[in-house]
Amino acid sequence: MIRYLLQRLLQAVGVMIGVTIITFLLVFLLPADPARMIAGRSATPATVASIRAELGLDRPLPAQYVTYVKNLVTGDMGRSFAQKAEVTRLIGSRLVPTMQLALAGILFELLIGLPTGIMAALRRGTAVDQAVMAFAFVGVSAPQFVVGLLLIYFLSYLLPIFPLGGYGTPLHVVLPAITVGLAGGGWYARVTRSAMIEVLRQDYVRTARAKGVFPTKVVFKHVLKNAVLPVVALIGLDIGVFMGGIVIVESVFGWPGIGQMIWQAIQLVDIPVIMGGVIVTALFVVVGNLLADLVYPALDPRIRYS
Amino acid sequence: MASGNAAQLGVGGTTRRERPKWLKRFFANRSAVIGLAGVVIVVVVSLLAPVIAPHDPAKQYFDGLTIEGSPLPPERPFWFGTDLLGRDLLSRVIFGARISLLVGVVANGAAVLIGLVVGVAAGYFRGVTETILMRVTDVMTAFPALILAIALAAILRPSLWIVALVIALVNWVWIARAIYAQVLSIGRREFVEAAGALGVGTMRTLFKHILPHLVSTLMVFGTLGISTTVLLEASLSFLGVGVQPPTPSWGGIINESQSYFLNAPWLVVFPGVAILLTSLSFNLLGEGLRDALDLAERR
Repeated sequence: MIRYLLQRLLQAVGVMIGVTIITFLLVFLLPADPARMIAGRSATPATVASIRAELGLDRPLPAQYVTYVKNLVTGDMGRSFAQKAEVTRLIGSRLVPTMQLALAGILFELLIGLPTGIMAALRRGTAVDQAVMAFAFVGVSAPQFVVGLLLIYFLSYLLPIFPLGGYGTPLHVVLPAITVGLAGGGWYARVTRSAMIEVLRQDYVRTARAKGVFPTKVVFKHVLKNAVLPVVALIGLDIGVFMGGIVIVESVFGWPGIGQMIWQAIQLVDIPVIMGGVIVTALFVVVGNLLADLVYPALDPRIRYS
Repeated sequence: MASGNAAQLGVGGTTRRERPKWLKRFFANRSAVIGLAGVVIVVVVSLLAPVIAPHDPAKQYFDGLTIEGSPLPPERPFWFGTDLLGRDLLSRVIFGARISLLVGVVANGAAVLIGLVVGVAAGYFRGVTETILMRVTDVMTAFPALILAIALAAILRPSLWIVALVIALVNWVWIARAIYAQVLSIGRREFVEAAGALGVGTMRTLFKHILPHLVSTLMVFGTLGISTTVLLEASLSFLGVGVQPPTPSWGGIINESQSYFLNAPWLVVFPGVAILLTSLSFNLLGEGLRDALDLAERR
């Protein structure tokens, strides 16, 4: 158990090192020249060269990478080209809104996905099941920016219940969270349904029914616990798709989180901020996967740590 | 994800003459057929775009705006209304199908190809090749696909082909993993060992003994994956780092109209529904193929 934990932790660290290498290579092998971008179009070659020297961009690539990682470990991701602020500070100020949106989104994902998935499994083959599966397919296939814009149109504009966007009160978070939660909810409905059907088939469920346990009790005591708890841990595996959705939703709703920061940085080709954002969101994914791997076997005793 | 022992199921034990069982299973599945129909419609619309489109998608119609200069709501002769520049939205959505489909198909094709090469190389050659390729795959799965794609697209200055390439680069990893698992399980089986013992060459073993077992997996990823690549293209274009105007792409149309959409919701609804239906159709088709070919996740 301890050995598995350490192994898995080491593996996660390895992946993060890989993430920094690939991020670094992608940015610096690409045709864009950061020094020229900072200097602007009208700069003389001498100015560009001095900026390049100042940023250390004239040094060999491996040396630049070592410096970058050294700084990264101490929490220094460089300075924004556009805002002259430290990237770590910028990300820090965006972290709380993104976490709030993520938590609310996961809550909606579960609120949408679990009950519908459970219903579909219990009423397998009926119209209820078909409706849930249809919803699940639509939820997964619907572009999030369209869902977001339509929610704004109907629930903020035609019926002014929620604010048009922005950040601040609990009301602000509802529409963005529904938008993020819908796609995940569709995916969840399917996963929950499969897990439920699998458990419903088990001998112990048949035994419970045969010995006359009240049907509702069978569902709550035997089926839900064994089917749904493990499914919840799958959130950790879906976090990559989830973080991608957050970029879209944050830019649709003007939510001041990491996604919006990345999007704004991209329009200004603010490379240190883009790199920082990519690395931080990848960290979310790695930690999410790690948690899922650790929690899932704990919730489902049939799976052993190995 | 396809289960590891899916390989054993193959394409189904059919002789050459009879109609394959998987086709029968596929056509018995209503949602799969709906998906196929949807895909056929999108393909036909994009192929025949110049014939079907009632107007020139790029022309700014003099009578395409109200006197105050706002876009027209859906009404004859502009069935889907007009956009902010007085262009016919229906024609733009029809021509947009070409872009979405082209980028979606090319990107997914490239992703499947990369995934196939990486997965087969890692699973067949093992050793150092395997370690390097699969560790790179692990790292790539850590990046949120959309975030990596917008970062890449922004730095590369997007054109249609760059967008397709970027989408392929963030999408091959899951395919590589599935193919790798499958090649591993095929490699352990007797006929591959026998081929090795008989001195059959590497290329011949790969093409004659391994690839045929991957056909069903490739068919599923080749269709299912398009639902993802179409959505990614739309998202990139919506964020302004995808296919660039004036080329009409569905995500791009919504991006252009975002500031005005509360007054002209049709500018979001029609291209939005087009994206949804396209992605949904490929999703249903892919899932239908998966079920018919017996690659379904164990239930």
